[in-house]
Amino acid sequence: MDIYKYLRKEKLPHIWCPGCGHGTILNSFVRAFDKSGLNQDKTVVISGIGCSGRATGYLNFDSLHTTHGRAIAFATGVKMANPELNVIVMTGDGDGAAIGGNHLIHAARRNIDLTVILFNNQIYGMTGGQFSPMTPEGANATTAPYGNIDRNFDLCQLTKAAGATFTARGATFNPRQLTNIIKKALLHKGFSFVESFTQCPVRYGKLNQTADPVDMLKLQKQKTADIKKWLQFSDEEKEIIYPLGVLNEEINPENEYTFRYQKIIEKTLEKGVL
Amino acid sequence: MARSDKVQIENPDWCKKCGICVSVCPTDALKLGDKGIEIYNLDSCISCEQCSLICPDFVLKVVVNYD
Repeated sequence: MDIYKYLRKEKLPHIWCPGCGHGTILNSFVRAFDKSGLNQDKTVVISGIGCSGRATGYLNFDSLHTTHGRAIAFATGVKMANPELNVIVMTGDGDGAAIGGNHLIHAARRNIDLTVILFNNQIYGMTGGQFSPMTPEGANATTAPYGNIDRNFDLCQLTKAAGATFTARGATFNPRQLTNIIKKALLHKGFSFVESFTQCPVRYGKLNQTADPVDMLKLQKQKTADIKKWLQFSDEEKEIIYPLGVLNEEINPENEYTFRYQKIIEKTLEKGVL
Repeated sequence: MARSDKVQIENPDWCKKCGICVSVCPTDALKLGDKGIEIYNLDSCISCEQCSLICPDFVLKVVVNYD
């Protein structure tokens, strides 16, 4: 497999810190894209602001680097203008769950055919380590020096409740599973949401006594379990351990937004309105 | 993946010495050098691809070994 044809080699090495998991997600993404058999020239990758926003710069696709939190809004526009395109959004936990939280739930509600890959490093890494809606309760951040008191989102449950027809969670300690998840998400017709845990050793790690990326990956492994195993856990265990894998999948291509929009266009043409 | 495949350092200049590949390698085929990742024992490589899949910097690649 030649993954380098999907990368802008002249832009590498990337600016992400040593040990940052964002590169692993990008690595899994290009492998998943290769396996999915989709056309590189018919694919648009869109990102917002933050560490995750850099991802589009390194990918050899048509790409858009948009304003903070608005990646999904731009992606919706691209998809509506040309429904033939595969539209992929790369966003972070600050970009997608905080500032762009409304765009995320409304894109899920419409069930528009986007693939959203959310890089969850549990902190605002690029701007100096402020806590995000995904920072765990009790964890330190520069704006929460005595521990974060906010509860965090379960983004997979959130998007599922909002109407997403494919939700999955992966983690960078298990890139094989992450690749399979992203491949399924790319091929799914409808709104597909993939949350991926990723380690941030420099910002999150240093503030939380886990500055070694290998230790962070081990912690990730302890705090997660495959969905098949997770279902057999007790209720107490389910609260502290996150399930990994495809959590929800509904196959109904006729429920997809651009498909339904096309129906309206055909209806108006029949009536002679346009 | 046939077992004769071996790991190769495709882009040595991109390595940031995070050490993740060394930790995931089940057979200690890799080690961290002064300038970046180095192959420590190529014979022990079982081409499991763990290192190249997890490498955040696209440094490692598992290639077909023709000899």
